[in-house]
Amino acid sequence: MAASTQPIVLLDKVRKAYRMGEFTVEALRGLDLHIAPGEYLSIMGPSGCGKSTLLNVLGCLDRPTSGRYLLGGDDVSTIPDDDLSSIRGKRLGFVFQSYNLIPQLTVLENIEVPLFYQNTPEDEARTIATELASRVGLGHRLNHRPFELSGGQQQRVAIARALANNPLVLLADEATGNLDSASGREILSLFDDLHSQGKTLIMVTHDLGVGERAARLIRLRDGELESDTRR
Amino acid sequence: MIPLPSFSSRFRRTVQLGIRSLWLHRLRSLLTVLGIVFGVCSVIAMLAIGEGASYEAQQQIKNLGSQNILLKSVKPAEEEKVSNRQQNNFALEYGLKQDDIRRIRDTIPGIELVVPARVIRDYVWNITHRVDAEIVGTLPNHPATRNQSVAQGRFFNDLEMDAASPVCVLGHDVALKLFPAEEALGRDVRVGLNYYRVIGIMEPRARSAASEASIDGPAANAALGRLYIPLETARRRFGEILSRRRGGTYEAEKVALHEITVRVSRPETVIAISEVVKDILARHHTRKDYEVVVPLELLRRAERTKQIFNLVLGSIAAISLLVGGIGIMNIMLANVTERTREIGIRRALGARRKDIITQFLVESVLLSGSGGLIGVALGIAIPFAVSALAHMKVIITPWSPIAAFTLSAMVGILFGIYPARRAAALDPVEALRHE
Repeated sequence: MAASTQPIVLLDKVRKAYRMGEFTVEALRGLDLHIAPGEYLSIMGPSGCGKSTLLNVLGCLDRPTSGRYLLGGDDVSTIPDDDLSSIRGKRLGFVFQSYNLIPQLTVLENIEVPLFYQNTPEDEARTIATELASRVGLGHRLNHRPFELSGGQQQRVAIARALANNPLVLLADEATGNLDSASGREILSLFDDLHSQGKTLIMVTHDLGVGERAARLIRLRDGELESDTRR
Repeated sequence: MIPLPSFSSRFRRTVQLGIRSLWLHRLRSLLTVLGIVFGVCSVIAMLAIGEGASYEAQQQIKNLGSQNILLKSVKPAEEEKVSNRQQNNFALEYGLKQDDIRRIRDTIPGIELVVPARVIRDYVWNITHRVDAEIVGTLPNHPATRNQSVAQGRFFNDLEMDAASPVCVLGHDVALKLFPAEEALGRDVRVGLNYYRVIGIMEPRARSAASEASIDGPAANAALGRLYIPLETARRRFGEILSRRRGGTYEAEKVALHEITVRVSRPETVIAISEVVKDILARHHTRKDYEVVVPLELLRRAERTKQIFNLVLGSIAAISLLVGGIGIMNIMLANVTERTREIGIRRALGARRKDIITQFLVESVLLSGSGGLIGVALGIAIPFAVSALAHMKVIITPWSPIAAFTLSAMVGILFGIYPARRAAALDPVEALRHE
């Protein structure tokens, strides 16, 4: 089982600097992080600590200014934009605070979007999307539009969409931030299920109650690792 | 390596997605493409109508014969004034004479035929049916000069010419009007006090009143049908002096020949010979009581006019497509701004830059292409309506709708590329944060 000991996410002295006029703001200051496959990790910290930047780097939406980022064993910190796109599509799944479903598409079509960009044949994509929709409990809402669904339901569609390409890592950014507590608990228990099925989850939150559900909790302060606790 | 079937299915889905996004803003999309619709439609329609008109004009000119030079007697303007004022009783003498024919034939080489004609306007009767027509007294070889042929029966021959036989050949229209239900051949028609046996009927020919009148000049009234009789017969029956009463005045004119058709043996010499003919006539006519029409010259002029017309239409097309394209670009830019978040989501879910470019380019091409298609449909429908309502000839050249559609689709690409590139250049992080 050599593969399981190899980290699925490896950050090696990752720095990220933003240029704001004449100032340079260092959002990440040489971060080292190892995440093993199947881990359930939450990232916490006060606003401005670099949580979002870290998530953007982890999500391959942004490249680190320096340092290395290995995702699934491949260095993705310097690859071209097109390759970064396909890495996002194949190895990562995003769950956003505001769900970010495409309003003109149905539930099924929203789940199919990542499959479309990976050239999955149409009928196969339909099968996968239908299966995922029922897995998140929306098998009866396949042809509804996002605005016809509740927040919790929309977030479940987003989770199904994030799982479409069977990604290595699931990234959740304040996934329960816009939800009432009941819906939030449903989403969190969905995450627990996914974790128990062996998915690697990374969750950014400022809610301690949410953060402590994860097996490992990381605190960031001023772009540096403050604490890293495992339960 | 994308296998082809999956690529085409993917493209089809991109197109479907584009249609849906545009359908979501139906009114906006419709208003955006209106510029292209009207541009394409008006150009195709105008081209079809112009093409039809110029075809008719050219047909008319060709009917006159491209190897021909037409000489016509024209009443001099100053004489007309005199005759009106004085109400004179003497016959006004003007126009072409037998001598002119002789001079032309004797001096100019390369002339195949010279055919004179007298044209007298009168009523032609078949018992109770009456037709206002031009009675043309001419030689047996007249049809050859106009590339005309006899549809039924025959034209009169030299024998009948010499004998001044009372025979006639009816123009197609005249035959139809005089004998709507019966066989015209072998029947008699009456002109004045004389009867003529119908021995032939000419084939019908395309003519439009407006264009022929303008070509033949005021002397010939093209709206009238024609009836052909031997020149000798005309001379004996109608005499040298033609009189007519009009509005209380009495007019008499002495015109030896109304028309002379000069047919040259080689078409390329028409223009040169026409210059010589003009010289000869000018030398022997003290007044300008004739005119010279060279159909080939008219044809060339008509072609040049058509080229200019097409050039003008082309510029209108270019301008309207440009304006339409700017409209599309404008709306696509608004579209990109409006859907920034969607672009961010798609990028996060694995869309490459070129996927975003394709998506927005497909939308702008759909816009301009559908505008082009509607424009082509309208542009084809309008000429048909015009030809049905106004009885004008229209010709839709096959390349014009194809070119119009292709160009409008290309406008979509051209003016869609900038908004699409802008969409693709968006930073995913920024786009996702966009409200």
